[in-house]
Amino acid sequence: MPELSVSISSITAKKRRPQEALLYGFIYLLSGGAAALVVCLIVYVLAKGLPAVSFAFLSSAENPILETVGIFPSIVNTLYIVFFSLLVSVPLGVGGAIYLNEYAKNRRLVRLIEFAAETLSGIPSILYGVFGYVFFCVLLKLQVSLIAGVLTLAVMVLPILLRTAQEALKAVPESYREGSRGLGAAKWYLIRTILLPCALKGILTGILLSVGRMVGESAALLLVAGGSAMYMPQGSVFAQLSRSGSTLSVALYRYAASRGDNDTAFGIAAVLLLIVVLLNLLTRFFAGRLEKK
Amino acid sequence: MTEKQSIISTRRSKLTLEAVMSAAFLLCGLAAVVSVLFISVYMVASGGPVIAKVGILKFLLGRVWNPGNGQFGILPMILSSIFATAGAILIALPTGVLVAVFLSKLAPGKLPGALRALIDLLAGIPSVVYGLLGAILLAPLIFKLQTWAGLPQSGSLLAAISVLSIMILPTIITVSETALRAVPKQYEDAALALGSTRLQCIFRVTIPAAKSGIAAGMALGVGRAVGEAMAVTMVAGNAAILPELLKPVRLLTTSIPLEWAYSSGLHREALYGIGLVLFVFIMIINAALSAILKKGGAHNA
Repeated sequence: MPELSVSISSITAKKRRPQEALLYGFIYLLSGGAAALVVCLIVYVLAKGLPAVSFAFLSSAENPILETVGIFPSIVNTLYIVFFSLLVSVPLGVGGAIYLNEYAKNRRLVRLIEFAAETLSGIPSILYGVFGYVFFCVLLKLQVSLIAGVLTLAVMVLPILLRTAQEALKAVPESYREGSRGLGAAKWYLIRTILLPCALKGILTGILLSVGRMVGESAALLLVAGGSAMYMPQGSVFAQLSRSGSTLSVALYRYAASRGDNDTAFGIAAVLLLIVVLLNLLTRFFAGRLEKK
Repeated sequence: MTEKQSIISTRRSKLTLEAVMSAAFLLCGLAAVVSVLFISVYMVASGGPVIAKVGILKFLLGRVWNPGNGQFGILPMILSSIFATAGAILIALPTGVLVAVFLSKLAPGKLPGALRALIDLLAGIPSVVYGLLGAILLAPLIFKLQTWAGLPQSGSLLAAISVLSIMILPTIITVSETALRAVPKQYEDAALALGSTRLQCIFRVTIPAAKSGIAAGMALGVGRAVGEAMAVTMVAGNAAILPELLKPVRLLTTSIPLEWAYSSGLHREALYGIGLVLFVFIMIINAALSAILKKGGAHNA
């Protein structure tokens, strides 16, 4: 019976399948290509940008008379925007997450809030810019200013903070809550002394993600915070927040697109990439520790 | 207030505190809802008037955008946005799914972790950096193509598509990978036991089973591509003409930052109108996304 022996050998012997080999090759090629792309992009930006980065570049403002460039004002503006936006949105995001996870009894309301957060995270930043301009700059008469940028970005990162804080709270074991309640602790006491400290790492991850989003943000800030003026920071914090100014990303856009100064643009790009890489490592560190726990 | 703490809350002040805190948390939770309401209301309130003034059909289907002349037709921008997004998806979706297959099924040892870290990094790169790289690295290559085709050197739809496809790649990879991992192992085991090869199993069983998750990744990618402004502004050339692959295009998003600074009056209102059109697009994509997720959820349950 020759047919039987053939079928047996077809089970045991490895059949050559040229199409499959091709497909494997294609998958490996694309995956390797994606990895190589990331590495090349980063190396290219750093190689092209880092030569422009010096202490003077980081610590001075642009000086048209001496024809020197510096990005200190943009660095300060970025720090202001990031810090004050977090000041607004972290309590809102974490508070909202606490409500959703610990207080809410109405399923409809929970779904509404979660739907709203999803919608917010789907809105592109240029539309946050248009909304922020119409609402904060014009209606609330804040003008084109850093404070308008702060408020706009606070709304933009709210869903990130809400989601990460909610996940962190969900990860706290139910037995902690039961134990606390069993000892007679009130809800706020439980939240303050047990839930928040336990969820701290998750909340920090959310903050890092938000910082990354804000540092990279340009479209919205271009509209609401402007940024042609690049003066050294002066006066009180409040005075500084009420004038316009560019963050690093906005400055990059201005140097590259409206002035064609690619060397400065790459210098800023290198600084931005270093920040992004650093934030990424920190996020990994916190998220990793969270998983191990 | 003395700081003598008791965890048992019978005192009146503590009960008040409890009530205040619970109200405060409710308000925080409502912040997201209020934001969405305000954004919707103000997008419509600012973008609506110009559409009414110009006429909805003339605004959406007009082929000429010439604000100085009072012509506000945004059809070229709508079509360019659709073409650029479709092109980006056409490149990024197959690539992303195949990389996700590699990450979730084929990669050995610690390789997936390393690759995923790089993909995360790709997602974190600011859009202006993509724009800069597109303008410096990619544009010269496309200039050569344009010269070869006898066209003037400029930004192009092709450049916009290329930059967008790289920008949405991380989203598609991450979401597809999650979807592929969520496919029950029995499905694959059954396919393998029936004699299918590894790849047959992946392409005939795993990917079809994960299709709603992959579709969700695609919808997220579409949303991101439609909404991306700055990177595209820096590479697309920005002429408001009907889209062709090697000619400059202007997308819905790019008109806003480009003309914002010098626009006023009806021109500025027209930019708000573009914002409103974009907002409607995004809401439709969001609705599609949640429909996909709901269907996927019901299917799994």
